[in-house]
Amino acid sequence: MTPMKELRVQLEVLRYNPDTDTEAHFQRYELTCPEEWVVLDALNTVKAEIDPTLNYRWSCHMAVCGSCGMMINGTPKLSCHTFLRDYEGTVIRVEPLAHFPIERDLVTAPDDFMEKLKRVKPYIIPKEKKPISEGEYKQTPAQLMKFRQYSMCINCMLCYAACPEYGLTPSFIGPAALTLAHRYNLDSRDGGRKERQEVVATHEGVWECTFVGACSEACPAHVDPASALQQMKITSSIDWIVEHLIPGGNK
Amino acid sequence: MDTISTDVAIIGAGGAGLRAAIALAETDPTLRIALISKVYPMRSHTCAAEGGAAGVIKPDDSFDMHFDDTVGGGDWLSDQDCVEYFIHEAPKELLQLEHWGCPWNREADGSVAVRPFGGMKKQRTWFAADKSGFHILHTLFQTSLQFPSITRYDEYYALDLLVDDGRCQGVTAMEMRSGQLRQFHAKAVIIAGGGAGRMFPFSTNGAIKTGDGMAMAYRAGAPLKDMEFVQYHPTGLPNTGSLLTEACRGEGGILVNKNGRRYLQDYGMGPETPVGKPQLKTMELGPRDRVSQAYWHELQKGNTVSTKWGDCVLLDMRHLGEKKINERLPLVRELCASYLQVDIVKDPVPIRPVVHYMMGGISTNTKAATPLPGLFAAGECACVSLNGANRLGSNSLVELLVFGRRAALSAIEHIQGLPASNAAALNTRAEETQSRINELFSRIDGTESMSALRKEMMDTMEKNVGIYRTEEGLQEGVSKIHELRQRYRNIILTDKTSVFNTDLFQALELGSMLDCAEAVTVGALARKESRGAHQRLDYVERDDKKFLCHTMVYHQGLDVPRVDYLDVVITKSPPGVRDYSGDHK
Repeated sequence: MTPMKELRVQLEVLRYNPDTDTEAHFQRYELTCPEEWVVLDALNTVKAEIDPTLNYRWSCHMAVCGSCGMMINGTPKLSCHTFLRDYEGTVIRVEPLAHFPIERDLVTAPDDFMEKLKRVKPYIIPKEKKPISEGEYKQTPAQLMKFRQYSMCINCMLCYAACPEYGLTPSFIGPAALTLAHRYNLDSRDGGRKERQEVVATHEGVWECTFVGACSEACPAHVDPASALQQMKITSSIDWIVEHLIPGGNK
Repeated sequence: MDTISTDVAIIGAGGAGLRAAIALAETDPTLRIALISKVYPMRSHTCAAEGGAAGVIKPDDSFDMHFDDTVGGGDWLSDQDCVEYFIHEAPKELLQLEHWGCPWNREADGSVAVRPFGGMKKQRTWFAADKSGFHILHTLFQTSLQFPSITRYDEYYALDLLVDDGRCQGVTAMEMRSGQLRQFHAKAVIIAGGGAGRMFPFSTNGAIKTGDGMAMAYRAGAPLKDMEFVQYHPTGLPNTGSLLTEACRGEGGILVNKNGRRYLQDYGMGPETPVGKPQLKTMELGPRDRVSQAYWHELQKGNTVSTKWGDCVLLDMRHLGEKKINERLPLVRELCASYLQVDIVKDPVPIRPVVHYMMGGISTNTKAATPLPGLFAAGECACVSLNGANRLGSNSLVELLVFGRRAALSAIEHIQGLPASNAAALNTRAEETQSRINELFSRIDGTESMSALRKEMMDTMEKNVGIYRTEEGLQEGVSKIHELRQRYRNIILTDKTSVFNTDLFQALELGSMLDCAEAVTVGALARKESRGAHQRLDYVERDDKKFLCHTMVYHQGLDVPRVDYLDVVITKSPPGVRDYSGDHK
């Protein structure tokens, strides 16, 4: 059995408690960790052994629950999937997700995102209703592949923290919610695109996106929201052409 | 304290809680539904389930076969009326999810695809790649957004049930953002709070799986049933404990020891089947209890591989090829690559058994009702006695759908013609919760550290209540957990502020886990036989004369809990031999 290599880890963590602090400050923690650990493991050690007052969210430790998004050296990351070995010899700065209000320490308030998610109607609005007794809607593997990638979003909100547009214009519905609308629009079982367009094809919707692509870079689930938004712009443009330039196109 | 009046309060917004909420909203749109969870719904641990969900759908399958697999898999501790109800509801629920948009994998003709799973005689596991639980959870959550009668209370930590006049009429919960306690007055309460795997140090379970729902019901007088049956999943990552789905083996992955031998053939699960051609219900597709137990024997024989993460066996998937791995097991490949730095396309991956699932939980009947009127439960926190002594993989994702819905329908039946509640009495109950919290905050003479106590609990559970158990070890486990419960009264909070105080929530979670741990250890000590996931080195046989019954554990304050028994419901399948030899017809 080869022993595990250990790393000396220095964390610089943003602290803020609205009960006691007038402003946020950084606190330094130093500890030794196995080199295969992630930033979350280091935070958990701080919490259990050094400072029980440090607060952050986490649960699954396998990059699927979306709880532990944070800014790590200025980049939005899941702390359970950010490896200490990639930061060897440096101070790791850990801050709450950008563009969201801080509740406390690394905990941000996701209310705005939750509201936007709801607005895009992210559920099947059936093209044709049928009872369960008639079995499944047939969907070929090719039809599934059209939207599957866009159904992989874990709602971690890293894309909102990465998106410069969302930072500037908080009314922007944003990458994850718009991508989810696109996911349902592309589903062969769905007939709700027109309803969603009222929210999606607006200046709070896809037209706010300037295609920086930061969302897709930040996405830990490889959803590629930027591509979804570009596809939506194209289909929305076609809608406009059909409606305005083709005689009878609005029928 | 603010009071929120509602018709039905649901505690937990994972698969079971969301399914219950949708069923309530669809059945009676006038009902007010409060969906309370200590996390945002999509963080619930349902998201981590990988392999799939079982339901009879293909022409070569039958309800009888799903029944037999489940009852035999559970070593005849399942209530057979419950299994019967479940297997018939299962395909309907899976189809319902399909109608709601769940991205199930498909056959070329567009019908739903199924995959093989451990202990199942036919292919009946519906799947969405290896993120089935994730897709189920998100489909339910997104579907729930269209119902205005569902009011969510995200990040509210539920504390105590409000019981008056012999029935459950609400719950207290703390808004985590403010630290304010609220009371929910409800005509019925559904607990869907998940399992308690975090009692153990090495677990597939997320941090939130601390048995709060189980403990809350238990403290309010509802018994916990069959808690000694703790499932070890055979294939966990040896460092993080992350789950590598059974679908690894369903798709054809094999388990080998340090000599390259497919050792399962030495433990009643042979003869060996050809590599890459998995045969149902034998070898790598044996049930989880047997496969995990085989690991323990290999460890005793010195046949395990020594790694920097400790003793392991190897899961070899190389012969599946990159294309199939990427299509069917993309998450598994990613997990192994990032956390172990092993590419499963090129190398076998070291694994070891890991605590995964509680077969036991709040005692419920087939209607998802607990013995406490007005209280219902579903999902992992409940023990409806579907899974008996060992759950088959892919039955639990369906269980939370079938019984989540059933709990909703039962709650609606319960609230018809209910007498008015006594708000003053409920207030008094709620004040008791407030006093408990105040006492914790104002305590200045506490000497126990929360994280140290938690570690002692985890170490005790691992050492004494693992895959194989003994009288001596269990005695030690019982007395140690009992001691820890006494010492818990002396823990001291470091953080006494109000906003998102996770020092407080972790302390409360530890209290829940200790209650659950005591029920596990006491139940295990009393069950002097070996059945399914409960294996005793000193009582190696199943004993149907004495123990064809459910363990019922009743909370007795700080005293050792009371243990009682309840007969198993047998309708058509008398206890028999579990045969995973591959010869079965």
